[in-house]
Amino acid sequence: MWIQFLLIAAIVAIGYFFMRRTGADSHLALRRIGFVLFIIAAVLAVLFPQWLTWLANLIGVGRGTDLLLYALIIVFLVFVFTQFRRNVSLQRQLTLLSRRIAILDARERERAESASPDDDADGARADDPRA
Amino acid sequence: MIGDVITGLREHFAHVVCVDDGSTDDSAQRAADAGAFVVRHPVNLGQGAALQTGIEFALLHDDAEYVVTFDADGQHRVEDALAMVARARDEDLAIVFGSRFLDDRTRPGALKKLVLKTAAWVTNMTTGLTLTDAHNGLRVIRRDAAAHLALQQDRMAHATEIVLQLGRTGLPWAEHPVEVLYTDYSKAKGQSLLNAVNILVDLVVR
Repeated sequence: MWIQFLLIAAIVAIGYFFMRRTGADSHLALRRIGFVLFIIAAVLAVLFPQWLTWLANLIGVGRGTDLLLYALIIVFLVFVFTQFRRNVSLQRQLTLLSRRIAILDARERERAESASPDDDADGARADDPRA
Repeated sequence: MIGDVITGLREHFAHVVCVDDGSTDDSAQRAADAGAFVVRHPVNLGQGAALQTGIEFALLHDDAEYVVTFDADGQHRVEDALAMVARARDEDLAIVFGSRFLDDRTRPGALKKLVLKTAAWVTNMTTGLTLTDAHNGLRVIRRDAAAHLALQQDRMAHATEIVLQLGRTGLPWAEHPVEVLYTDYSKAKGQSLLNAVNILVDLVVR
């Protein structure tokens, strides 16, 4: 069936892209193992849908597609949560970085002002695009 | 507006630091023109972050004995700030919190009062201090107490966080009656009642 061919091609392609070495190498090996397992399970589920239904029945779910939907919801919520956590920590880093920049810039202007007291306070900020 | 606030402060305070939290209008320039030293956040971070930046910058100066936090929207009175610094000196207090509920000069609306009282109650539950007005931006913090501050809540929940961190220092503190001027400008700029929801959620969900 065409749909099986298309799905398997998509799964393998996505798996390949996710397993490529990116900038963040934390848990790379674990991620690769996880993705190989995911590809195997996904291809099997596409080729033998009854296998998924068998698994679903085993744990009290009527159809394999229902099991897939439940799994998708859980994975999605985990994704949202991890993204939220990452967002909070990024915001924290942004705050610290911005503060560092703000204070460094302020110190520099302060030193410039005390070094040349004749200068108008505006002079030291002439290069600031917002000033 | 901000120019008037800074001018009023500069009549009595030698050093006024104004944190520009990524503003896009000319208020930073006006603050500088009025005599404040402006510290600029390159992007907008929120009031708590701005407070922490201002305090850290002040503490870089060895001659800074006390840090006074003062909202730039004109809701505080310079006289109150002066009285609070004088009281901190006289009574050897490390922290003086401003409170609008210690006398009857300030008359917030019933709903606003309810929100503020609820915020104070939440603050007292979490911090162990007993404040009458938790969300008052006017505070006097002595150098040793200010050095303990490391505010993580960038947005409005910092008001409770600052009380929590100052309370943990165990240093002597007091509340001082202040008047909050509900000008049209500060009403427009002030935290909306819906923000109370955000404050609660920020505190519970970390």
